[in-house]
Amino acid sequence: MTDPMQDLQDPNLPVPDELKSNIVITSIDKIYNWGRRSAIWPMMFGLACCAIEMICTAASRYDLARFGMEVMRPSPRQSDLMIVSGTVTKKMIPVIVRLYNQMPEPKYVMAMGACASGGGPFKEGYNVVSGVDKFIPVDVYVPGCPPTPQALLNGLMKLQEKIDKQSILSVPWYQPGNGDPVPIPLLGPDLIDLRQLPAIRQHAHKEKA
Amino acid sequence: MTAPVIESTAQGLEGRFPGVVTADTRAGYSGYVVSADKLIDVATALRDEMGYDYLSSITGVDYIADGKLEAVYHAYRTSGGAALTLKVQVPRDDPAIPSLVSIYPGADFQEREAYDMYGFKFSGHPNLKRILMWDGFGGYPLRKDWKEAYFEQDLKPFDSRWPGGNFYRSEEKNPFGHNVAYPEGFNLENWAPEKDVILAPELTVSQMAGGVGHLKTDTIVVNLGPQHPSTHGVFRMLVRLDGETIVDLQPVMGYLHRNHEKIGERNTFLQNMPFTDRLDYLCSMSNNLGYALTIEKMMKLKVPERAEYIRVLMVELTRICNHLWAIGFLLNDLGAFFTPALYAIRERELILDFFEATAGSRMMCNYMRFGGVARDLPEKLNDENTMDFLIDLVHNRLPKAFDALHEYLTENEIIKSRCIGVGVLPPQQAIAYSCTGPLLRASNVPYDLRRAEPYSIYDRFDFNVCTRPNGDIYDRYLIRMDEMYESAKICQQVLRDMPKGGDILAGKPQYTVRVPAGESYGRVEGPKGELGYYVVSQGKNNAYRYHIRAPSFINLTILGELCKGHKIADVVVILGSIDIVLGETDR
Repeated sequence: MTDPMQDLQDPNLPVPDELKSNIVITSIDKIYNWGRRSAIWPMMFGLACCAIEMICTAASRYDLARFGMEVMRPSPRQSDLMIVSGTVTKKMIPVIVRLYNQMPEPKYVMAMGACASGGGPFKEGYNVVSGVDKFIPVDVYVPGCPPTPQALLNGLMKLQEKIDKQSILSVPWYQPGNGDPVPIPLLGPDLIDLRQLPAIRQHAHKEKA
Repeated sequence: MTAPVIESTAQGLEGRFPGVVTADTRAGYSGYVVSADKLIDVATALRDEMGYDYLSSITGVDYIADGKLEAVYHAYRTSGGAALTLKVQVPRDDPAIPSLVSIYPGADFQEREAYDMYGFKFSGHPNLKRILMWDGFGGYPLRKDWKEAYFEQDLKPFDSRWPGGNFYRSEEKNPFGHNVAYPEGFNLENWAPEKDVILAPELTVSQMAGGVGHLKTDTIVVNLGPQHPSTHGVFRMLVRLDGETIVDLQPVMGYLHRNHEKIGERNTFLQNMPFTDRLDYLCSMSNNLGYALTIEKMMKLKVPERAEYIRVLMVELTRICNHLWAIGFLLNDLGAFFTPALYAIRERELILDFFEATAGSRMMCNYMRFGGVARDLPEKLNDENTMDFLIDLVHNRLPKAFDALHEYLTENEIIKSRCIGVGVLPPQQAIAYSCTGPLLRASNVPYDLRRAEPYSIYDRFDFNVCTRPNGDIYDRYLIRMDEMYESAKICQQVLRDMPKGGDILAGKPQYTVRVPAGESYGRVEGPKGELGYYVVSQGKNNAYRYHIRAPSFINLTILGELCKGHKIADVVVILGSIDIVLGETDR
């Protein structure tokens, strides 16, 4: 008797007639990525002006549902994508980081608009974080102030392209050591990034001298 | 309706309080300077004897050259008329002023903001702590000697960029590569983070609520937001509940505080125009108009006829946009998830199309200029006649859409049972808490700036100031419906009367305008309420003080009172009926 697994490798394996229109042979990466790219659930989470355009994108005219993304989840536990839609302030960043940590892998982050990408017109403000990427990793940046719904859709399609190129062998969430949460910054006299504690200590030391 | 108004001119104020109240004689300024210790007496007389029942705005100015902080109060009569401005000057190192919360409860949040930004100590304020920044933040950011981490230069345009400067990224010059700076002598070892409970210690103390019969129950604190689908942005509420009934509610804001005022005092006057778009980001045109009017008042500019009509057209279309959005999302909050909003957004998109054709952008229009508007109305776009599109929109499409919304929603049983009699706001309380806009008019106070203190060319149009008698959520929903019909009516009149052709801007377009020294408080009836700008100029290209009286922010003062005694599920609906936008609340 031959090994059935051996037979599956054979491209000339005869397929019975009644199964011919029901079987698709593909690679695991393709089916895995196809499933993920076609059902990205964004988190229902609006920060500022860009959130209005995000809602318009989800509404009937631009219709996010065409991409399988209309299921906005109010809980980070059920979301695949965080669209950072607006100005990230120092008062808000601890919350955003916490939400990011609560999202299960695989998770993606999109910086929508100028503010989320780099501070935008408010960059010089004392309560403004100059880009959400100072704290959490960003996959797609969408320019605009605010980006039009078309621009947001384009960004989402770029994210789909990124997903298409991932392989289950190398995706970070199956790698050892992945999964450490981003430390949540503290609100002191100014924002305190816990990853910068040595620099802050050193600076305070210099001030004293 | 309101307390009986005893007619008495404000000029009597100096005679009534000799030596305490003196006229403000600085060039370009108006109003009265009051000594701090007698402020309560003067304010009581203003309210009770002279009928100034409505305190519009409280803010501060830092006159660092004189070593003084100045608190500025703008009071109005709800029967109409011009402002009465009071100023209180205190030394910068001891800025103590009696709080006006006991006389005008609407002063609550505004005084907290002035404390947060300038360090005013309002004695007698029931809850004087930071409101936009967090407790423990270092310094009072709007003081002129306070510099942020990315500070480059006092005034724009910066030398590094203009002309031919070497541009650099601010991160490169900061030791942390971040927008942070720590105060001198900051010692991480001795520092402990402020606990979240400090935001509302009185809320977190568990109290015996009484309970039913022999059952003794505890109250619990529930936190809503800042990430919550029904808070219309990054708004947070701390609610103490007895069972499902609200005992106490405290709003927490500042999660979108992006420093409009600090940035606005560095920008040139015209550079602020696109920033006003991002205040109430649903209504950029109204924000533009308010700011343009304020500066025009100081520059004494005459706006060309055609530009006035275009402005009114744009602002009324904006009002329709805003109310459509507000109604759509009020229904979202009621649980009719997204379907009514889809109908509302569909009509809004058509108006945005017209904005895009005219101003070049859907939301952030940046359309008005000092003395006019930036571009004329488009005649054609992609072979389509834009004006025909607009005429059809305001005459047919929009009124039909409002009718349809009425048909779907107004008699709906669930809406009626959830909204009627919930969150009732009596007229006296609405005025005392400085509520404005649809919130005030739904409480049967016919106060609309377009009638009470007409600006632009509103005195030429025939429209009704809508009111509703009950002041509950249902009335706040209906008043927005009414106002949309009225706005469409104004738009129809604009299209009928607008002069064909002619100038759209007084004088030549200018990048930098020089504004004569002085102060100006301009206000417009924005879709959410009274939007005011207080600007102080010292005769330069940049504003010395740039303050925004944000209706969303001040209308929230009443939220806690409105929610008390209702169920937790009603909180989001009451909040939705106030209609806030966080860009404006937090600025």
